[in-house]
Amino acid sequence: MKQITYSEIKGNNASFYALAAILGSVVLTALGCAFYMEHYGHYVTGMSNQIVWGTPHVFAIFLIVAASGALNVASIGSVFGKPVYKPLGRLSGLAAIALLVGGLVVLVLDLGRPDRLIVAMTHYNFKSIFAWNIFLYVGFMVIVAVYLWLQMERRMNRYVKTAALVAFLWRLILTTGTGSIFGFLVAREAYDSAIMAPLFVAMSFSFGLAVYILILLAVYRGSERDIGDVVMRKLSRLLGVFVAAVLYFTAVQHLANLYAAEHTGVERFILLDGGIYTVLFWAGQVVLGGLIPMILVFRPATADSNRNAILASILVIIGGFAQVYVIVIGGQAYPLDLFPGMEVSSSFYDGVVSGYAPSLPEVGLGLGGVALSGLIVLFGLKLLRFLPVSLANAAIDPHHKAVTDRP
Amino acid sequence: MIMSIESKDRKINDTPGFDPARRSFLSAMAAAAGVTLAPGVILYGISKSTAVGAKAADAEVSSAVRWGMLIDLGRCDSGCDDCVNACSKENGLRGFGRPETDAQWIRKVEITNPQTGNSKSLPVMCQHCENPPCVDVCPTGASFKRADGIVLVNKHTCIGCRYCMMACPYKARSFVHETLEDQKPHAPRGKGTVESCTLCVHRIDDNRQPACVEACADTGGGAMLFGDLNDLDSEISKRVATYASQQIRADLGLNPGVRYRNL
Repeated sequence: MKQITYSEIKGNNASFYALAAILGSVVLTALGCAFYMEHYGHYVTGMSNQIVWGTPHVFAIFLIVAASGALNVASIGSVFGKPVYKPLGRLSGLAAIALLVGGLVVLVLDLGRPDRLIVAMTHYNFKSIFAWNIFLYVGFMVIVAVYLWLQMERRMNRYVKTAALVAFLWRLILTTGTGSIFGFLVAREAYDSAIMAPLFVAMSFSFGLAVYILILLAVYRGSERDIGDVVMRKLSRLLGVFVAAVLYFTAVQHLANLYAAEHTGVERFILLDGGIYTVLFWAGQVVLGGLIPMILVFRPATADSNRNAILASILVIIGGFAQVYVIVIGGQAYPLDLFPGMEVSSSFYDGVVSGYAPSLPEVGLGLGGVALSGLIVLFGLKLLRFLPVSLANAAIDPHHKAVTDRP
Repeated sequence: MIMSIESKDRKINDTPGFDPARRSFLSAMAAAAGVTLAPGVILYGISKSTAVGAKAADAEVSSAVRWGMLIDLGRCDSGCDDCVNACSKENGLRGFGRPETDAQWIRKVEITNPQTGNSKSLPVMCQHCENPPCVDVCPTGASFKRADGIVLVNKHTCIGCRYCMMACPYKARSFVHETLEDQKPHAPRGKGTVESCTLCVHRIDDNRQPACVEACADTGGGAMLFGDLNDLDSEISKRVATYASQQIRADLGLNPGVRYRNL
């Protein structure tokens, strides 16, 4: 295989600064939203004592899950030794760190007391999966940073495989931890299941790769570098496999619940008559975010086009947001069952489906996390050599060249 | 000879507002003062273990006690919310006209059997579980269970993540959604933190009954009985031993301190 040359992006033209300015203003708006929420209190949001985790959590969880998945490409290159993926590894690591930082910032700014972040860093209850996640997130960033350094420092290249393996195992544990935040909630019927952990792992593979594909194409178009269809075809087919895995775990989760009479209520709510949640589940997650992307990337007529890879990735992200929304908000909207078999009412919304509508500050804060991730990627690419100069077919795959050169 | 204050104060870390950093600082200061200023002076610890139910203000909380409540639905009227009003008054809970975000530490729940049409009314509050999920999930340890079984939130270390609200099977917790004024000194609350029924811990430590129990006895149906579940001679223990009582969501194995009769 040819020696891959990496370089920074120039980042000195008008479109670079325009993009940076747009992302920066979204981040500033998000800080304003967070300040507004903290100043007046959370009553100005759509959240309540019934829906305690709202839209910021949807954004945060999507970004955190996508972060660990964005590292897939690096893992496939270094851990599983696929040479075609190796040039993509550095960007993969950068995207992983950027997405995680974006997600965590949203999570922290939505706390009731974000000023007490230091308390969260100094007081630990080790029985809490939440506390474990703090270690998993910080550890992930450190490990990926070291992994990136080992890739970039030629003298240290021989340690890349070991670091890649550690990073790969760590991201599996990390997403297991994120899924278990829900899986360990024994009292909530929509959660309380060990399958939340592998489901989240599959979601991370899928969302992370979709985000990565979009970043990759945007960066290569923006910096006018070559990208061949070999890379895109491999990535989009892989995306199709991951999307199928998410659908599989989702199907198993709901089938198992449907079998148990005690869970038919919550299943009916999500799958049949839950209003917005039912629509988001079927139209958003299953059709837009699942079936259509799979058709796009697997059907021979459409499989080889970059445009369809982009479309499939966008749909997977939309479906992903729908899925996380259904899990986080839908799972809370369905009432807790304190008295099985009884009709219940109270002044505290017992026994009724809780209403929730995302408020502007919540959406603003969530979008700020996305924009922050974008800014980190943008300036990372400008400052360090994350990007191969070319990802044209010939540059990454000598066999490909041999075939096309045949008379 | 220097006697550490700490040796007499071992279990105080089970109390709300306990600050380990502050304690070690005070211990160090006391020790330093003893050594440098008055060698040979003996620092006596001042706390003494006292009899259960008549605890001195500075005495440690004992796990020999398990505070609990037995609520008889046969005496609880559907239209009566004296317990709720007493709680609000005692703890300074005031609504802001926004029922979705206003805090409720105790609420009346009406339950109806759809087959028989039989209805009952009962107060539901923090059930003060022996194995509280809110304590398990709290990342900072702000949710904690006192040695005597009372589940509380440390207002100084709660970061407002609301994971405990996700974990509580009883919907017993509220998040403070706005700035509060005119708080009761004995029931501190804070915007951006989570709170719930304290079992009127300030009253219990003062050898009094929770406000809801008192109000229920005074003007309600006398449905609520408070006492020490560990003391076999207490009225609550005798009744729990004599009559069938139920726990809400007993299937979860949390062993709540609040029990119900005729549920």
